[in-house]
This record gives sequence, C-alpha cells and structure tokens, in this order.
Amino acid sequence: MIEIRWHGRGGQGAKTASQLLADAAFVAGQYVQSFPEYGPERSGAPITAYNRISDERCSVHSNIYEPDYVVVVDETLLDSVDVTAGLKEEGAIIVNTGKAPEDIIPKLKGYKGRVCTIDARKISIDCLGRYFPNTPMLAAVVEVSKCVEKESFLKNMESSYKHKFAKKPQVIEGNLICLRRSMDEVQEVEK
Amino acid sequence: MSIRERLSGNEAVATAMRQINPDVFAMFPITPSTEIPQYFAQYVADGKVDTEFICVESEHSSLSACLGAEAAGCRAVTATSSAGLSYMNEVLYVAASSRLPVVLAVACRALTGPININHDYSDSMAERDSGFIQIYAENNQEVYDNYLMAHRIAEHESVRLPLMVCEDGFITSHAIENIELEEDDKVKAFVGEYNPENYLLKKENPLAVGPYGISPYYMEARVAQAQAMKNAKKVILDVADDFYNTFGRRYSFFEAYKMEDAEIAMVIMGSSAGTAKVAVDKLREAGVKAGLVKIRVFRPFPSEELCEVLSNCKAVACMDKSEGFSAAGGPLFAETAGAVINAANRPKLIDIIYGLGGRDFTVYAANSVFERLQEIVKTGDVGEVYTHLGQRER
Repeated sequence: MIEIRWHGRGGQGAKTASQLLADAAFVAGQYVQSFPEYGPERSGAPITAYNRISDERCSVHSNIYEPDYVVVVDETLLDSVDVTAGLKEEGAIIVNTGKAPEDIIPKLKGYKGRVCTIDARKISIDCLGRYFPNTPMLAAVVEVSKCVEKESFLKNMESSYKHKFAKKPQVIEGNLICLRRSMDEVQEVEK
Repeated sequence: MSIRERLSGNEAVATAMRQINPDVFAMFPITPSTEIPQYFAQYVADGKVDTEFICVESEHSSLSACLGAEAAGCRAVTATSSAGLSYMNEVLYVAASSRLPVVLAVACRALTGPININHDYSDSMAERDSGFIQIYAENNQEVYDNYLMAHRIAEHESVRLPLMVCEDGFITSHAIENIELEEDDKVKAFVGEYNPENYLLKKENPLAVGPYGISPYYMEARVAQAQAMKNAKKVILDVADDFYNTFGRRYSFFEAYKMEDAEIAMVIMGSSAGTAKVAVDKLREAGVKAGLVKIRVFRPFPSEELCEVLSNCKAVACMDKSEGFSAAGGPLFAETAGAVINAANRPKLIDIIYGLGGRDFTVYAANSVFERLQEIVKTGDVGEVYTHLGQRER
C-alpha cells in the first residue's frame, strides 16, 4: 500500500488532485481512497488531503500519519506546517518551487529521504496560460512514486480530460502537455 | 453483474436514490450532506429521474413535505446532517407516530458547540428515541447497500416506520473509495414499487393522518408503534437475506468480527470499525483473542443477539462517538449494558467516548483500548468505567 499526504491551500486544487490520482489508480485496477481533511473552509487556508492506493481494500479510515510520499502544493506552507512529520525515509517529498534546493532543504527539518522539486507555476503558465498547480503536482507524484505506470496514467488522464472538458476541448491538449512536461521536469535534489 | 466504480458516500447515496427514482425529494442543504441533493438535482435536470424535487426553506419543512407526500401515498426522501436533523426533531416524531416510511439519509456530524462541521454521532444519537429505524455504515459500499434495503424495510406492512440511513460525515460522505454498484433494473426490481394499503387520497377509504390522540387512545398507538419497531427486526433480516441472494453481500444487525473465541472485544459503529479491525488483526497475529462487534442496526437495538455474541467475553469496551452528558456514559454503552445485564456470564464493561467533532481515531488508539481490556482481564479490576479517549490534557 502507498500512502500519500497532500499539503495545499484552499482553492489550489490539492483535494481535486488527490481525487484525480485516485481516479488514475482506480482505472489501473487498484483499490483507492481519496479524502480531504477540512479545517475552517476558506480560500487560502492550509488544507490536507490524502490518498491510499493498494492491491486490496483498505479498511483503515483514519488520517495518514506515516506517509510514503508528501506533496507540497504551496511552498509557503514549509514555514508554517510540519510537512515532513512522520514521512518515511524510504519515501520522498515533492515540493512545488522555483527556488534552488539549498533554499528548500533547510526547511525540511533534516528529512533524510529523497527531496524532489518541480516548478509547477512555470509549467502551468507555459502550458495552460494560468496558474493551476495541481496538474503538475499530480504528474510529479506519479513520476516519483511510480504508483501508476506512466504511459497508462497519461492515457487514462487523456480519457478523463475528454470526459471532464467535453465542452472545453481546447484545454485538453494543454493539460496533457502539462502532465508530460511535469513528469520530465520533476527533479531529485542532490544532497 | 456488479459495476466496479469509485464514488464518495454522498454520491453513492445519490446514485441509489436515482436508481430508486422516488416520487418526492424535499431538500434543504447542510454540510456534509449537501452533495446528496446536489447530485440528485443534476439527475432531475438531466431527466434521469421524474421525482418531484422540492427546494424548501428549512429542514423542518423538508421533512414536513416528505411527511405530506408519504401521507398522500408517495415514496418520499430527504437528506440532512447535524443541526438540520435537530431542526427536524419535532417532525421526526410525527413521521414515526403517523407510521409514514420516509427514508432520510444522514451524513452524521457533530452538534454545536463549539460549532463544528466534522463527524460524530451527536446528531443521530440525539434522535434515537424518535421512532426512526437507524442503520449505520462502515464505508461507502455499506451506505449504498443500506440505502437499497431501506425502503423495503421501512415500507413493509408489519413495520411502516421511517428510517435513517446513516453515514459518517466527511469520513464516508466525502471519501472516494472503490464500490460495487448494481445495475439500475436489478435495483428497481429489488426495491419494488411502493403501493401503500391506505393513504390520504384513497377515496374508497378516507382517513385522517395525525389527529389528536386522547388519553384513552394515545398509549395504544404508542404500543402499536413499539410493536412495529420489534417487527422491524425480522424484516431487516429477511431483506438482508434477499439482498444477499440477489447481490451477494451479507448483512445482519451487526458484524461479529473474529468473535468466535474472543476474550476481549470492542462494540463500535461506522468507519472506526474498519480502523479497529486492523488492530484486531495485529492482536490476533500476536496470539491475543481480540474481536469486535460493529453495530449496523442501532434502532431497533439487537439486544438478545448482542448479548449472545458478547456472553463469552471477559471484558468489552463500548465505543461511543457522542457524549450523552449522562455523567455515566454514552448511548451505545447504556444499550450494551442493558443487553447483557441478565446474562449468566456477562463481561466486564467499560465505555470510551472518542472521536468527537472529527477527532481522528487511529489503529494505535484502537490498540490502546484493547490494551486496557487486557489489563482488566489480568487484574479483574475494571477501573474507571466511563472515560474519554484522544483529548489533550491541557
């Protein structure tokens, strides 16, 4: 079983990204869970979302305290939320940032596992014309965790976008390019 | 063939409602049940149902509209949570005593205060004496299945009582998980049409609904209602048998998990049961005879059956996800204690209040309860009977 914790801010789409990841894993034949943790509901407040992906149905319905992967959709959360809490050393953290690794590493409280970064803002603006960080972060976590096989993930996302954007077909290609580019550009920080 | 899907609990309930196509859905939104009428409104707009979808001004009105529809001979549904259920309180009793089998989906959520949108059973437990049948679910699959069985139980001629299909707010209502859905025509065939024997607009047999009950009649009506709740037990099992034969998933009043030879056990409800099962599995691997009973049907309460399954245990913890403020324990504890009181070998019993207002319940927490039960068995000392779990000390 793979357990993933998402840290984002209300309105950035972390919950939606966790649902899309569950969708992709479901289509690939897995058992999935995707659930949000709500605090006060307001745009910009820190929110957490979770995924469990497994070969068999998981009966645990608690939050995830020892995740295999952590996705940080908004790097400003590194200053206010203990994002590496419980994160397994054999896992990884994926941070959305345009900054150099040396600016990020000191904020991870000595986390010994893999640290990956992706500039979701740049990719999103290049591919979609606007800042939607969840699409690049979704692609990045699939790339890093290998929780879904890459080509089948891209194929499933294409069919999912065709369904979701049936009335806006012009945005499908940009999203697919965004996914592929994000998978190529997510990088592991040398420590 | 079942359909492999992934849905949240709310979408699962809305899907079941779409398949059943009730005559009336009177709705007023409240978190976390709002998505149920939201999904259903889309089905109405898309022409997938021909339900009369009524947007009313409050929960008191939504249930009142359902009550009127049911009295007229229609199948009526609604959904709510928390303060919305409290606001229905008066009408819940009217529906039950008028013997109108409304089916009410409840995404269970804490009551104020402090104001809180997250899950516990404060809302549904406060209505346990309303005369509604109450069925609870561990996950989205169970809430879907419970909904498919609900109308047949509620509408049965020996029952005729309204019914709450309860799911855990957010934990079930908003979590997307795998689910097996059944085909529309098979669901329709299983649930059947609602053809009440008597109803308000039946000209051959004019009747009044909800008249004043003077003292020479009131008690007879209440006893008849109590008998209907007793009758519901057999109907619940019969419908569960037919459900198993039709769709292959087995249900009863409760799920007895690894209880055959259990010495210590937990009586628990809803999604937390799934989490606690993992603790049971780990204890079993270590040779500890632990088990759990997941209460599915809280009204009618399966006293005799629960007594039988607990009678060989040495120590049992009742897990209450609502504070009854009795100063002596929560409602599940009181019911369980009542169930085992006359047993020859009754277990030692403790009550743990946990998970209030969305306080998370983990495998680790479940294990700590079992450790306490082991200590009780070892020492014979039950200690403090009624305690709280998971709160900060300062």
